[in-house]
Amino acid sequence: MAPAAPRSGDAIFASVERVNAELFTLTYGAIVRQLLTDLEEVEEVNKQLDQMGYNIGIRLIDEFLAKSNVSRCVDFKETAEVIAKVGFKMFLGVTASVTNWDADGTCCSIVLEDNPLVDFVELPDTCQGLYYCNILSGVIRGSLEMVSMKTEVTWIRDMLRGDDAYELQVKLLKQVPEEYPYKDDE
Amino acid sequence: MQFFGGSEISPSPPVPTTTGNNAHMMYVFNRNGVCLLYREWNRPLHTLNPQQDHKLMFGLLFSLKSLTAKMDPTSADKGNLGVPQLPGQGCSFHSFRTNTYKLSFMETPSGIKIILVTHPRTGDLREPLKYIYNLYVEYVAKNPLYTPGTSIR
Repeated sequence: MAPAAPRSGDAIFASVERVNAELFTLTYGAIVRQLLTDLEEVEEVNKQLDQMGYNIGIRLIDEFLAKSNVSRCVDFKETAEVIAKVGFKMFLGVTASVTNWDADGTCCSIVLEDNPLVDFVELPDTCQGLYYCNILSGVIRGSLEMVSMKTEVTWIRDMLRGDDAYELQVKLLKQVPEEYPYKDDE
Repeated sequence: MQFFGGSEISPSPPVPTTTGNNAHMMYVFNRNGVCLLYREWNRPLHTLNPQQDHKLMFGLLFSLKSLTAKMDPTSADKGNLGVPQLPGQGCSFHSFRTNTYKLSFMETPSGIKIILVTHPRTGDLREPLKYIYNLYVEYVAKNPLYTPGTSIR
C-alpha cells in the first residue's frame, strides 16, 4: 500500500476540532495580561512567552507530523514553506507567506497578513517593548528543534507597534543530526 | 492503554489471525533512546533485563537505519558509515522478518520510533503504526501532565 500523500492545510483545518476564535484570542490576552502583572518587566514577559511557546512547540510537532503526513523536508526552504502553508493554516487558520530569502538559504521571513492572536489588542504606552505574539516564535523554535534544526526566531515587523504586517525572521543556526546516545562500553 | 486487546485496530487490511491478538511486543522510543513505552503480550523467552533489552533494541534499529541508508542504491550522496543522519533523511527500512517473528518499524522526523514485533505472516503494518502514532499524539503529546522524554504510564 503506498504511503498517503501529504494533506493540504485546508483539508486538515477542516477536519480537526476547532475552538472559537474569540475564546482563543481572549484567553491568550488574559495570559499575557497575567504575565505582565506577575512579572512586571516587559523583557521577562517576552522571555516567558518564548519559553511557553517552546514547550508547546516540542509537543505540537508530533501532532503536526501525524495529521499532515509530510515527509522529511529536504532543505530549509522546504521547511519554511511547509511551516507557512501547512502549519499556520492547520493550527491558526491563517496562511502565511515566505519571503526574503538570504543568499545561502538559511534565513527567511514569514509574513502573516492577519493574526488571530491580536484581535482587539492595543499596546499601552507602558508596554511598548512587549512582543505580544512571542509565543509564536517559541513554538516555531521548539518544533524545529525537535526535527533537528536549531533556529533563532525574531519579530521584524509587528502591527501592534505600527507596522503594516507581522513578519517573523527564522534563521537556521545549524542542523543537529542524531547521535547514538549510549556509550559503547556500557 | 489497550489497543491490541481486541481486533479493532485500524483501517488497513485485516491481520490474518484467529483470535485477533497478533502482536508479541511493542516498543516506543524517542530520539534520545529513552524507551517511552514497552508492552508485551506474548514473549516466552526473556534473555536480558529490561534496561539492556531496550538498549539492544534501540541500538539495533539505529545501526540498521544507518546501514540501510548507506547501502541505498538510489541515493546520490552518502557519508561514511557511522556518520550521524538526521532522523528521516535518506531511505529508512520499515520491517524485517525471520522465521519466527516480524519486526515492523516506523520513525517520524521528530525522532519518535515505534516498533512492533508480530507473527511472521503479518502483512504490511505501516498503516497501523501510523495509527498508533496518532494515538500517541492524541493522548501523550497533548497530555499536560506528561513530561516529554519520560516514560509513559
